[in-house]
Amino acid sequence: MVSVQGVLSTPAGFQSEAIDALLLRYRRDPHALVQILREAQAQHTWLPRELLDYLAGALGLTLAHVEGVATFYRFFHTRPVGEYRVLFSDNITDRMLGNAALLANLCQRLRVERGRMRADGRVSVDFCSCTGLCDQGPSLLINHHQVVTRVDAGRIAEIADLIESRVPPAAWPTPWFCVEDHIRRADVLLGSPFQPGTAIAAALTRGAPALVGEMGVSNLRGRGGAGFATGKKWALCRDAKGRDHYIVCNADEGEPGTFKDRVLLTRDPDMVFEGMTIGALAIGAQHGMMYLRGEYRYMLAPLQKVLQQRRDCNLLGVSIQGHTGFDFDIDIHIGAGAYVCGEESSLIESLEGKRGTPRIRPPFPAEHGYLGQPSAVDNVETLCAATHIALRGGAWWAAIGTRNSTGTSLHSVSGDCERPGIYEYPMGTSIDRILEDCGARDTQAVQVGGPSGKCLSALEFGRCIAFEDVPSAGAFMVFDRSRDMFEVARNYAGFFAEESCGFCTPCRVGTALVVRSMDKLAAGRGSRHDVDLLSDIDKLMHGTTHCGLGGSACNALHDTIVKFRPSYERRLKSLQFEPAFDLDAELADARHASGRYDAAAHLESTT
Amino acid sequence: MSTLASIGDAGATFSLDGKDVPFEPGETILQAARRAGRYIPHLCWHPDFHPQGSCRVCTVKVEGRAGSACTLQAAAGKVVESNTDALNAERKMLLQMLFVEGNHFCPACEKSGNCLLQATAYEIGMEDVRFEEFYPYRPIDASHPDLLIDFNRCIMCELCVRASHDIDGKNVFAIAGHGIGTHLVVNSMSGKLGDTDMALTDRAASICPVGAILPKRRGFVIPIGVRRYDSHTAADPDTQEAS
Repeated sequence: MVSVQGVLSTPAGFQSEAIDALLLRYRRDPHALVQILREAQAQHTWLPRELLDYLAGALGLTLAHVEGVATFYRFFHTRPVGEYRVLFSDNITDRMLGNAALLANLCQRLRVERGRMRADGRVSVDFCSCTGLCDQGPSLLINHHQVVTRVDAGRIAEIADLIESRVPPAAWPTPWFCVEDHIRRADVLLGSPFQPGTAIAAALTRGAPALVGEMGVSNLRGRGGAGFATGKKWALCRDAKGRDHYIVCNADEGEPGTFKDRVLLTRDPDMVFEGMTIGALAIGAQHGMMYLRGEYRYMLAPLQKVLQQRRDCNLLGVSIQGHTGFDFDIDIHIGAGAYVCGEESSLIESLEGKRGTPRIRPPFPAEHGYLGQPSAVDNVETLCAATHIALRGGAWWAAIGTRNSTGTSLHSVSGDCERPGIYEYPMGTSIDRILEDCGARDTQAVQVGGPSGKCLSALEFGRCIAFEDVPSAGAFMVFDRSRDMFEVARNYAGFFAEESCGFCTPCRVGTALVVRSMDKLAAGRGSRHDVDLLSDIDKLMHGTTHCGLGGSACNALHDTIVKFRPSYERRLKSLQFEPAFDLDAELADARHASGRYDAAAHLESTT
Repeated sequence: MSTLASIGDAGATFSLDGKDVPFEPGETILQAARRAGRYIPHLCWHPDFHPQGSCRVCTVKVEGRAGSACTLQAAAGKVVESNTDALNAERKMLLQMLFVEGNHFCPACEKSGNCLLQATAYEIGMEDVRFEEFYPYRPIDASHPDLLIDFNRCIMCELCVRASHDIDGKNVFAIAGHGIGTHLVVNSMSGKLGDTDMALTDRAASICPVGAILPKRRGFVIPIGVRRYDSHTAADPDTQEAS
């Protein structure tokens, strides 16, 4: 069944020559397991157990370990999913644009049930977490590679025909793959022209210690959510002892509603790579890694082209800009659908080819990161800011924004507004101002920083985006008065349950319990007891989870219960207690067996 | 910073619920507390293995900040709270979550009376499961001649994973899946324990704190009434772990 003395019979039909070539390209490095699995699946559409076993043998890993990694990531499949894997982005903004009806429409046309492969092995259709195209949704992800934006009923009909006639996705109409930047307001990051190499030259002139000093003066804080001072991180990492130092760009932009990094990487990847390069100079790294989320796989080729251009211009490689001893290059790693990998220690685990379980911290990655070596992990936007600070100095950056939150920040605006897209503002800009600029009317609530951020009601629109007031990792989702904030929170609850890594008890079980309670409320069968239960789970998860994902998983739930309580209470069947057990639902099997679906076969009319 | 300052500082102590606990440099709060005969409830931690920090039952507050006692370094002068109503209420909810997540029917379980999950639940005063049960479908693996795995009772503490790796050197187990679908897997092509080289004498065969990994043909060898937690509690200095 499996490899015996190097002879391989392949009942699942994978090509061992192609797999061997792949293994060779990654030098049989077990740390490349996630990349190897991704490419092996691209060859074969799924990962049969025989293939996992073959890889385990070749990489010196156990099959159970490889199985553990393969079943961790949402984009890996250990069961067949068909020639075409169609995923509908399922952020709340996609919901508001009608993604559920479009999915049902496609399933009906293809005669396939959501989440199941069609019997002929042609196609499967499902939802996935936000793909970062909220300003041009609803969007699709095809075969974990191509994205289709602005999906409507017309496109659905055409897609169904293309799949039926087996047209490869690469040959689908090109305008469908068009991803717009939608830059609505540019400030210093998006508005200043940037010449590749100039920031490196400025950094080299200044020298590494002074460069770190400028970062300190700028008081730049990380834009990925945690807000740690970049200069301090670089100094810690530089001073940490290790055989190698690494700079890692966190381009795993998984927070639903966030797409600013996608735009930065599309519009000016040189600015990002240059930030990594000066970061390398600052901390003394020779290796850089960009962790690009699996949903952005379509950007890989253009990004690699830019890396090659930079090598050709001596902005990467040996003796950069003729500076002896300054050797540095960058690899791109692709994620495989796991939000938790945006957390820096999970990201490093994933780079090492493992399950993306957050590490016990301390030690922090700056001291003990990739392969145990000092590693600085910085967000895409942070690195862009670093590029500009290298050029124009720390004092220039510190003069923008507020005292505690310097510089500008990018907001990915989506939802109920006329002009969704990217807005760059100085830190300290008010919610009101952003709402006015994006053409939002009759706004009920804004979710700032994504589901793990804060839900603000109209009373709070005078507040400002800044670390000292409302911090944000870049998402800005707008909801007008027609929206049901309970459904917003329920969508986010589903997201966190899907994305929990499953490591710690409160997050693994708590996120699943929240979904069950929300579903019970949505079905009109809840009571005040259920709302209290949700509040208790929220409190528990704040105080006991292993990482920040779990700690923030109930933020939207908490905020909506406090600020939009009527949207919960109008769903309650009674104010006291309703059991989770539903006798009528339990009788479904009996109804199915007897073929009776009429009203008299139910305990009570539920319509 | 105070951790660093305390290294080499002989006689250093921290305060646990108002009483001083001495610690050696590098020890965690739980290690030091355990050595001093004190009790901080725990399931996934065991003195023979590196800490994992996943069950979260040992969550304590260090000067107001929550963290798991099994992973937090002890530091001189720190004020640690553990046995408080608020923390015990959280522990109770975590235990209730573990109970509803799997299928735990104590009266029918051979581990009853020797089970750390059950004993800890008694210790914390858990009287119901509060949440809706998941009743997952988890088939039993009875393929091994001497051992049985009942996945229904697995609490994902990974002690068997660590024991098989660190002590037995066999890597029989690993964790797979994600979210509520996270589960223990066995390292063989069939996924069955019978197709591994696991032996009854392995450390991984006896480390399970619940009734997930059990020796076959040993039902009621120790009668109910004289089992580990019939005469001891999970808080007693010598019975804080199931084995």
